[in-house]
Amino acid sequence: MIIAEQKPIQEIKAMIAGYQKVLIVGCDTCVTICMAGGRKEVGIIASCLRMALQIDRKKPQLIEDCIQRQCEWEFVDTLKDKVDGVDAILSSACGVGVQALAERFPNKPVYPALNTTFMGMPNEHGLWVENCRGCGNCGLGRFGGICPIARCSKGLLNGPCGGSQNGKCEVSKEMDCGWQLIYGRLKTLNQLDQLEDILLPKDWSTDRDKGQRKMFRGDVYYEQTV
Amino acid sequence: MSKPFKDVLTSGEFVITSEIGPPKGTNIDKMLHHIELLKDKVHGMNVTDNQSSVMRLSSVAVCHIIKDHGGEPILQMTCRDRNRMALQSDLLSAYVLSVRNVLCLTGDHISLGDHKGAKQVFDLDSVQLIAAAKNLEQGQDLGGNKLDGSVEFCVGATATPETDNMDSQLLKFRKKIKAGAEFFQTQAVYDMSKLKSFMEHARQSNTKILAGILVLVSAGMAKYLNANVAGVTVPQELIDEIAGAEKGKALQKGMEIAARQIKQIKDENICPGVHIMAIGKEEIVPEILEMAGV
Repeated sequence: MIIAEQKPIQEIKAMIAGYQKVLIVGCDTCVTICMAGGRKEVGIIASCLRMALQIDRKKPQLIEDCIQRQCEWEFVDTLKDKVDGVDAILSSACGVGVQALAERFPNKPVYPALNTTFMGMPNEHGLWVENCRGCGNCGLGRFGGICPIARCSKGLLNGPCGGSQNGKCEVSKEMDCGWQLIYGRLKTLNQLDQLEDILLPKDWSTDRDKGQRKMFRGDVYYEQTV
Repeated sequence: MSKPFKDVLTSGEFVITSEIGPPKGTNIDKMLHHIELLKDKVHGMNVTDNQSSVMRLSSVAVCHIIKDHGGEPILQMTCRDRNRMALQSDLLSAYVLSVRNVLCLTGDHISLGDHKGAKQVFDLDSVQLIAAAKNLEQGQDLGGNKLDGSVEFCVGATATPETDNMDSQLLKFRKKIKAGAEFFQTQAVYDMSKLKSFMEHARQSNTKILAGILVLVSAGMAKYLNANVAGVTVPQELIDEIAGAEKGKALQKGMEIAARQIKQIKDENICPGVHIMAIGKEEIVPEILEMAGV
């Protein structure tokens, strides 16, 4: 899922300080699970903003709402009536949600309440980790199901660098060396021989370097007329 | 003029290389002094490439300067700052500037240096960079295009004999050889038994291994290396030895230790050569070589 964290309240305050009536919209999916931008967090952000703005003797009207998914038109469209009556929208969704609102409501300024951090999972309660970089050409089958692009700090394909020690990365003693994990896992699976071949430079043309990526499937596609 | 490094490697001579650190800025006076001191004392001078992820004068430019001064440069190239196009382009540039030796490294992580917010590259890894250099020799680039005029390099790589994950490091070592590495310069080695055990693996290949000798300048430096630099372990007895030196004599003691190690490596034929790192104090290298009797 998408992991995100709330921006500092001062940064959010600076973005919306000039508006009288602001709709704060949460998202009930990924950012609810990572406790960054769901219904509960929208309430907390609104309360914090009210207090922060009161210091400046400002009393804007903050309207709270939360929809199932900010990344699907079906749910975004339910906001239409509320959006009509406000000066700006504060989205506490990932960057996909913020942009969906901006596209659907072209006449309203939209601001992000969160920093979208990565694709990952909660490893423990309160600890989220990145596991996928979405490179568009999955090689996990070769690496025992552990991604060197996401989990080696240098994204190396042919084995660990010299900075690996005690199973940790040179970047931080708290960070596992992705390559030691890959090596250990393939050893357990008795598949170390599959690491012996030199992997050629990765084809990054499926990565985000070509601009916005799109995926089209003719078998499920139909043109929306509405 | 110095002998081509490739010829030295195959000559059976005990090979000695050292390092030249490009300055941060354009004042090359101290560096030129080091080049003049070393050019006739060592077989090759490695030029570090934004060492420790700290932005400096480029290694290609400094290699050219060394060549102009009659020394034999070894161009260090890391994968951190350039994508495959820039790396290949710089290899071509180095070649036309008469540089004939290249050491291919992964490179330290960007967060260890002085531009922590920079975007790091690592489009290639060290194995792929070795293969790319070899590919250019075949007159081809990584895009599969033909070159108008190819290159010829003596290609080297690095290894870490004191690593605590020897199995996975040896995997990479084998790949580097398979990709075309003709010589290796190792990370600093202090424990000769670990170097010997690494050499048991390395001898199975035809490649030349130059043992890394990092000159200790104080007990504090030794402790810092142990705490912060992966794959380097200074044994307690060496720390005690340098700590026990008279006041103001720690560097002298460090030089003695380095000379002793070089002598042992040569006398016991542990490795066919050494790579001496004095990190900014290159002026001490000739004296170390004299003390070691090489």
